[in-house]
Amino acid sequence: MRPRCAFRPSLIWSTGLLLTGCSGPQSSLDPYGPDADTLARLFWNFTGFLTLVWVVTMFALLFALRPRPEPARDPLAHEQNAEHGMVLTVAIATALTVISIAALTVVSYGAQRVLFSDRSPSLSIEVTGHQWWWEVRYEDPRPSQTFATANEIHIPVATPVILKLAASDVIHSFWVPRLAGKLDLIPGRTNELRIQADKPGIYRGQCAEFCGWQHAHMAMLVVAHTQEDFQAWRAAQVSPAKPPADAEQKRGQEIFLKSPCVMCHQIRGTPAAGKVAPDLTHVGSRRTIAAATLPNTRGNLAAWIVDPQGIKPGVHMPLIKLDAGEIQPLAAYLEGLK
Amino acid sequence: MSDVALHPRPNEKKEKELRDTDLAGRALTARLAATWGSDSGLLAALSTVDHKIIGRRYIITAFVFLFLGGIAAAVMRLQLSRPENTLIGPDLYNQLFTMHGTTMMFLFGVPIGEAFAVYLVPLMVGTRNIAFPRLNAFSYYVYVFGGLMIWTAFMLNIGPDTGWFAYTPLSGPEFSPGKRVDFWAQMVTFTEVAALAVAVEIVVTVLKQRAPGMTLDRIPLFVWAVFVNSIVIIFAMPAVMFASTALILDRLLGTHFFNPAEGGDPLLWQHLFWFFGHPEVYIIFLPATGFVSAIIAAFARRPVFGYLPVVLALFATGFLSFGLWVHHMFTTGLPQLGASFFTASSMMIAVPTGIQIFCWIATLWDGRPVFRTPLLFVLGFFFIFVAGGLSGVMLASVPIDTQVHDSYFVVAHFHYVLIGGNVFPLLGAVYYWFPKLTGRMMDERLGKWHFWLAFVAFNLAFFPMHISGLLGMPRRVYTYPGGLGWDTLNLISSVGAVLFFLSFVLFLYNVIASLRGGDAAGNNPWDAGTLEWATASPPHPQNFDRIPFVTHREPLWAERQTLPVVTGLAVERRELLVSSVSEAAPDLLESSPVPTIWPFVAAVATGVTFIATIFTPWAVAWGGPITALLLVAWFWPKSIKDDE
Amino acid sequence: MRHAVLFALVLFAGCEREDREFRADPVATEADARIAMTSLSPGKGGPERSGANAKAYEENAYHISQGKKFYSWFNCKGCHANGGGGSGPALMDDRWVYGGEFANIVQTIEEGRPNGMPSFRGRIPDEQIRQIAAYVRSMGRYVPKAAAPGRSDDMSPGKDEQRRLPGRPADGGIVPPSAEMPQ
Repeated sequence: MRPRCAFRPSLIWSTGLLLTGCSGPQSSLDPYGPDADTLARLFWNFTGFLTLVWVVTMFALLFALRPRPEPARDPLAHEQNAEHGMVLTVAIATALTVISIAALTVVSYGAQRVLFSDRSPSLSIEVTGHQWWWEVRYEDPRPSQTFATANEIHIPVATPVILKLAASDVIHSFWVPRLAGKLDLIPGRTNELRIQADKPGIYRGQCAEFCGWQHAHMAMLVVAHTQEDFQAWRAAQVSPAKPPADAEQKRGQEIFLKSPCVMCHQIRGTPAAGKVAPDLTHVGSRRTIAAATLPNTRGNLAAWIVDPQGIKPGVHMPLIKLDAGEIQPLAAYLEGLK
Repeated sequence: MSDVALHPRPNEKKEKELRDTDLAGRALTARLAATWGSDSGLLAALSTVDHKIIGRRYIITAFVFLFLGGIAAAVMRLQLSRPENTLIGPDLYNQLFTMHGTTMMFLFGVPIGEAFAVYLVPLMVGTRNIAFPRLNAFSYYVYVFGGLMIWTAFMLNIGPDTGWFAYTPLSGPEFSPGKRVDFWAQMVTFTEVAALAVAVEIVVTVLKQRAPGMTLDRIPLFVWAVFVNSIVIIFAMPAVMFASTALILDRLLGTHFFNPAEGGDPLLWQHLFWFFGHPEVYIIFLPATGFVSAIIAAFARRPVFGYLPVVLALFATGFLSFGLWVHHMFTTGLPQLGASFFTASSMMIAVPTGIQIFCWIATLWDGRPVFRTPLLFVLGFFFIFVAGGLSGVMLASVPIDTQVHDSYFVVAHFHYVLIGGNVFPLLGAVYYWFPKLTGRMMDERLGKWHFWLAFVAFNLAFFPMHISGLLGMPRRVYTYPGGLGWDTLNLISSVGAVLFFLSFVLFLYNVIASLRGGDAAGNNPWDAGTLEWATASPPHPQNFDRIPFVTHREPLWAERQTLPVVTGLAVERRELLVSSVSEAAPDLLESSPVPTIWPFVAAVATGVTFIATIFTPWAVAWGGPITALLLVAWFWPKSIKDDE
Repeated sequence: MRHAVLFALVLFAGCEREDREFRADPVATEADARIAMTSLSPGKGGPERSGANAKAYEENAYHISQGKKFYSWFNCKGCHANGGGGSGPALMDDRWVYGGEFANIVQTIEEGRPNGMPSFRGRIPDEQIRQIAAYVRSMGRYVPKAAAPGRSDDMSPGKDEQRRLPGRPADGGIVPPSAEMPQ
């Protein structure tokens, strides 16, 4: 267990809140990487101190409202020595405010230095935000080793990874709270965000800048692997799609290639080469579909193909006409694209 | 202190004018009321230039928009009460939260502070009408037309759907087709024209129309607050006016202000918008500090401690509010050094706010607090606003902001500062000044029920949002998946939001019931010290029969028997006393404009022009000259005494 | 006065402008393929030339903007450029080889035309074909100005659709030439 707190008040707070459930698949207070950890500690320190300030202020207010025996008096009659005491108290309170503010600024700046320090990344990944999905492109000096996937970012553990964030349409914001703070994806710019996961696992993230109808369903998963697993995954992703394994999948492929799917989607190794929607070459290997909206099962694939507008109203995936018998083979084919 | 008589230079050409030295008592009141009053009838209602009538309309209209925005919020909370709810779809939800934010910020938050200022400032500084009363009427109509336009558009399903800060490129021509965002941009222009007009009136009224003797250090704190507020408005509004105009030019004329491919920049919008948008938050907050100062002085039974520090803190807040807009943009990938500067400046604004809070607590500490409803709301303000202010300190830190920005934590934070900092003092202000506006007291028992319901419901609705934000819930989502730890928190928030809405229904009931059957109030039911309580409740059209002469910061407490007055003003025409800026020495006697329909007609022409520009840029070409002609008619010399 | 305003608002609530129908009824968008290629017909009244639901698409800014997106995504630009034409004919002028009514354009996209225009039947869903057709109509400003798209967030190829002068069907181009010059 990593030390979570720097001093006592924050410890009390954190344990108190942890009881109510601070952990969660997308909780910024449940850090799994060094940057998120720095942020969580900074957060608890601020919270602890500022809660103290709030409590002291409320006590002062309560005391100011104490019941008092003295009778009402003329509003303009007040004692001079009481005024002196008040001047002093307010002056001290103001001085304390200035000191606290200065101290908090310095603490914040210290954390900022740590967060934005240079750590040589071993890997850089291009992440492009689209309405409403994430395009993930693994660059490599050898063109044959580059590939694209969607809505799922695989990284090796314990290594800093640089994400080059860009947007193709409107502003999005990349936020995986358990690994790092958020950073915007802005058309016409490239921002770089460093993420690092300490343990293998799946970390959910979500678009944090309002981007239109399906902003609510624009999520992604960051999957952290051990170094070996990551290399294996990468090798698998580089290869073109597997040919259909059985007759049903074969029929599914035929349906795919003769249907509108090919206008937008790409499956490397087939004639389907659309560029405007997620690359489906290894869609079967992904954990979710529709930008981490549905678990990737055959049933969900079928449901998504049949009624995308029912699941995500406004999404660019259109309603296409398929015969009842065509849906199962198509879902089977996509599921088989491991 | 004895009365002061003015001796205006006699006008040789005419026979001697009737002056207030020639009359007294009821006869004087009646003559002045006839001179300053407004006639009845629809045309007269639209022609009136009485700051009290227009101020009252402003207040009521702003509350109507508060209710509309509240209904939008309640519907959103119903949608979010459980995960993957399908009560409303994303299209309507996006329109709802845009309407909610836009209404609360532009149609309620800014106007409500100005509305109270329009009503109270002339009474508090002891004058008979606001400066530029026709402009005042014009600004109200422009504001109403802007609000009606945007809500009508929403009812027609062409409501804006890109959020109240309408980030480009989402709000640009490519990603927001149709007229939705055009209506939003024009609504912003409408409200700016209205807000700027009122701001100018307030500044001039405060500087030039104070009653004699009201030197700078005797100005009531409420008046200082709205004065600083007006100055902030004058400097902040042009930025968003430019931004919204640039947006509409991009959308309708094909300019490229925000198009990166042609050398524009989407971030330019954010800079322009927040250069206005952050002062905007203080535009909403500053009048509320005035409410708090007024209510605390009246109910702590002593003047506010630390007059000078509080006034300086108001100015410091107004000034600093222009230096921290970038903290809304910490996640856009700005250079770190620049971001750190804005961390420091954002934290610094806690200091002047802190000073005010300390001074208020010290006032209560030394006073003899009387726990009536207005004071309860101010105490609620302390509880909520201090919490919101402190979470604001967290948001000022660049690193923490990267986690909580655009999450429900921010939603919780700004509702704590805006509802805590504006709405609670405002409700206190309504209970406090209701007797002055209507002549009747509000029901105290219902008022206490209202306070406790609102206070508990507010915290129930918004405190859990801090946690749901920290657990990763982004804002502006029309729904969310279950199982992320957000379900219960959102349900609690929704229950709290519905209760909070009901507290406003209770408030509305209290207002209506008290209007019909409240106890008669008398001139000064709270035994408060400022000048507005020296007038009748509700005040006569002329406000004061004789202009008071101010000898103290709290004149009614200092002069218990009779207020010294200034005499020598004309009775049969609208004559005002203009005084010097710092010493408030009597300077000039000047006529105040009489009622006229022209401001209304000009506002209609302005409104039609603004709305027509949404559909054709040529509207500028024909709307401009028409409006200009109407302004000529408005300003046409009417051969009154001053014009000779 | 206020009551009247409220009443008016409630009345307005009844009518919906700029409706954004994400999930079009598949049956309603079934292609009505029976579009005449010529305005010549025996007897009174010509054959029906325009689709029944043309207005629903042409007067709706959302549909037209979707069409604009698909026009680019599906590489219509490859042949028709931004409407000025290339290896395919220009779409922003008033000359229409196969008719310029909404239904004609829908049919051209669905069925293809000789000399290079491929058939997109089964490749592009019916709903999107209608959206593209509405956009094509907007290129020559045959749609209302309020619904036509503004500029895009990329290099400007010229005046955006909503600022072009309205197309003039009276010039003769909108009627298929076969109607005037039977071959």
